[in-house]
Amino acid sequence: METTTTDTNDAKIIEPLIYDLGAPGRYVSTLMPQCDVPESDLPTDLIRGDLDLPEVSELDVVRHFVNLSQLNYAIDKGFYPLGSCTMKYNPKIDEDTARLPGFAQIHPLQDANTVQGALALMYTVQQWLCEIAGFPAISLQPAAGAQGEFAGILVIRAYHQDRGGIKRTKILVPNSAHGTNPATSTMAGFTVVELPSNADGDVDLDALRREADDTVAGMMITVPSTLGIFDKNIKEIIEIIHGCGGLMYMDGANMNALLGVVKPGELGFDVMHYNLHKTFSTPHGGGGPGSGPCAVTAELADYLPGPIVGIVEPAKDENDSPLYGWITPSRSVGRLKAFHGNFGMHVRAYTYIRLHGYEGINAISRHAVLNANYLRVNLASTYKIPYNRMCGHEVVIEGHFENVPDIHALDISKRLMDYNIHPPTNYFPLIVPEALLIEPTESESKETLDRFIDVMKTIATEAHEQPDLLHSAPHITPVGRVDEVLAAKQLVLCCRPIA
Amino acid sequence: MAYIPHTDADRTAMLAAIGVESLDALFDAVPEAERFPRLNLPSKSSEMETLWELQALANANASAHDCAMFLGAGAYNHYIPSVVNHILMRGEFYTAYTPYQPEMSQGTLQAIFEWQSMISVLTGMEAANASHYDGATSLAEAVTVAIAQSRGKRRKIILSPNVNPQYRAVARTYHQGSGARFVGDKSGRATLEDLIDMLDETTAMLVVQYPNFLGQIEDFTGLAKKVHDAGAMLCVVTNPMMLALFKSPGELGADIVVGEGQSLGIPLSFGGPYVGFFATKQEYVRKTAGRIVGETQDAEGRRAYVMTLRPREQDIRREKASSNICTNQGLMALAACVYLSVVGKQGLRRVAELCYHKAHYAAEKMAQLPGYSVNTTLPFFQEFVVTCPRPVKDINTVLFEDHNIIGGYDLSKDYPDRANQMLVALTETNTKAEIDDLVYGLAQAARG
Repeated sequence: METTTTDTNDAKIIEPLIYDLGAPGRYVSTLMPQCDVPESDLPTDLIRGDLDLPEVSELDVVRHFVNLSQLNYAIDKGFYPLGSCTMKYNPKIDEDTARLPGFAQIHPLQDANTVQGALALMYTVQQWLCEIAGFPAISLQPAAGAQGEFAGILVIRAYHQDRGGIKRTKILVPNSAHGTNPATSTMAGFTVVELPSNADGDVDLDALRREADDTVAGMMITVPSTLGIFDKNIKEIIEIIHGCGGLMYMDGANMNALLGVVKPGELGFDVMHYNLHKTFSTPHGGGGPGSGPCAVTAELADYLPGPIVGIVEPAKDENDSPLYGWITPSRSVGRLKAFHGNFGMHVRAYTYIRLHGYEGINAISRHAVLNANYLRVNLASTYKIPYNRMCGHEVVIEGHFENVPDIHALDISKRLMDYNIHPPTNYFPLIVPEALLIEPTESESKETLDRFIDVMKTIATEAHEQPDLLHSAPHITPVGRVDEVLAAKQLVLCCRPIA
Repeated sequence: MAYIPHTDADRTAMLAAIGVESLDALFDAVPEAERFPRLNLPSKSSEMETLWELQALANANASAHDCAMFLGAGAYNHYIPSVVNHILMRGEFYTAYTPYQPEMSQGTLQAIFEWQSMISVLTGMEAANASHYDGATSLAEAVTVAIAQSRGKRRKIILSPNVNPQYRAVARTYHQGSGARFVGDKSGRATLEDLIDMLDETTAMLVVQYPNFLGQIEDFTGLAKKVHDAGAMLCVVTNPMMLALFKSPGELGADIVVGEGQSLGIPLSFGGPYVGFFATKQEYVRKTAGRIVGETQDAEGRRAYVMTLRPREQDIRREKASSNICTNQGLMALAACVYLSVVGKQGLRRVAELCYHKAHYAAEKMAQLPGYSVNTTLPFFQEFVVTCPRPVKDINTVLFEDHNIIGGYDLSKDYPDRANQMLVALTETNTKAEIDDLVYGLAQAARG
């Protein structure tokens, strides 16, 4: 059938597919026990025929996946300044605590009395995240940042509905926003109004005032912005939105610039989400799992997705523990996923915050911002920096040169790979031409940053003197530039024939 | 400082390069009144003491590590071969991110391609995506596809009351602003015939579960044709472990197949992280959300993999995207991929058979208990409903306190008219001795 015939049959193979390893009849016989109960008849008319799965040895499996792992780049291998993604070091101890049998082998539907340790942990994480962001209430249920956003926008929607606000149909979003912000607003049934940025990269206040009327449900904004800068007028923006009856949503993707620096709740925000996999290093996993807790003001607490962990019976005295249990907020927008969120990520976040304490949490953003500004001042002589002012935890530069017009940000990115550095985020934010968004994080040493600066300068020189070196890059990676058009055209998504 | 490598000399040199006196001077743009708040958090703790603290919290839980577990209802206590965790612990996998740069991400990309292929095989569908957050959100995304397929003209979604109650709740949460209308599950007692009678020209999709939430394998013969004749899509929520043994939803004529992949090598972990799978026909792929990996070549003619059909996604399509999903459950999809590889063709079938035999042995023993009855009118896989002589909550308290057993799910939580009904789940990890203990414990608990 068409989905399995490929135009790439004669391609050179770097690592075979798992299906192309092994031999018919091979399997690891020791993995499962003998049957210790009498066997029952199977309902033959309901049983499937062939089960087309790999037939391999354990060694085949180990070698295959180790070989695949070695085709990847990762934080554990080198510098990974992927802007807006906060690729900081993932402490190894986090992986051990999340795998403790008392966490890894508890069922989400167990009676609350049998999981008091897990509930105490989640309750504490709720408290700590509320404290860091300056909000009184939070739900840990959202599975990722985008789901945290969705939770927050649903909360805003429910709040207005309870106040007869059916005509509040608009969500304002700056044009520098992450794509998730407009997509989230649409999913929740809102109309998105994009706001321009001014020459300094801040929100255009005149445009904001023009839109701020009684049809506004709220505004989503990232702080610091995706340009990596603190909007100078943030309090005024919040006042304008509150003045027209709207609510302010802070996209917490960039919280790594704000820990111990400012509490969004104190600035006047009504809702925000965290990305625990970014700010609290509960790793990125090659594309998840994440965790996107959603925090709100007291006025919005009853709308949070649930259930959340609460104290159902206070401790009797200081030697006693409170009894924790599940509480669904009275006006909850509902359940966003099965069970209670990505608990394994909550364990990692707890571990991370506990290790740091208030001293370490206070140091994180200061050093993340130090590192980003150090890159900014050192790259400014070589690359155009569209908003060259004190930045937050990331800096955006333009990856092109006036006198070498056919060199693009993508070419610089691919050439960085030859120096064993992961490229920054390409072509985002959309409002900067040839954008390269660079986020070093606090984990990186001055030596690593100095080498990156040197490499970026070398690449700039190469761009002028040997541009082909950039166009043909990367040269040392397992594969060169891949043909994305062919992938979309042939659409081979499965390597097996489906009966 | 924990994981911050800067020496005093580094800080001094870097601040001088930037041209400021102190770290705090980097934040002049932040409103002064709110700048540098006090953080009421505990003081830092050593790695050793932190581990002890976490161990104490972990030890305060009763787990499948030290109790016999008969609780399922959407999450199952299967054995996870050692090799799965060893692969997941490779820093090259778990400290990478979304494979935006394919030249540096072929490991993640090929593993996702292999996961997609295995999910396609299990479900009998032509294509699968890279994953969703869990089975429940996969269903919510399926609803989006069904409405989009009718270009918004059909917004009625018929839900079988036998679909996992949490999945139905999540689908409703997702679609409170989309204009979807959910019907079918109100009374909790609608039969398949009742659901078919609800099909009309406004119906976008009919959703059933296989095996259903009560563990039963309903007879879906002819269902797909009736749904298609009404111009609607058929979505089947399924358990991939059962598909090792039973006919695939593809064979039953499903258009979209979704479910929870936790059974495939992912620990219970108190409900997450898990992995939602989403499989469909090739013709609907362009309408699906989430990342999809396709095969291609590099400039040298080497086989390579890349995220494809990217223009569907939120970072490009923005407010016109059908979903806001970006990060999914990549590492969990890898776990399932490694699990399916090492267990393999024969092993997966063996695990499924063990679940089946143990469940049938347990059901037979329980049916003989005075005061208990087991509903076996329909075939079942690893879960079944036992009606108890007393409320399930009371029975479970006795099982836990006197027998160190975590009993089954109390169905009255979701179905008020199913008082005293317990949903019991068996896996290959439940020994005959455990099952016999459970039966003995149930007999004891019956007396009150």
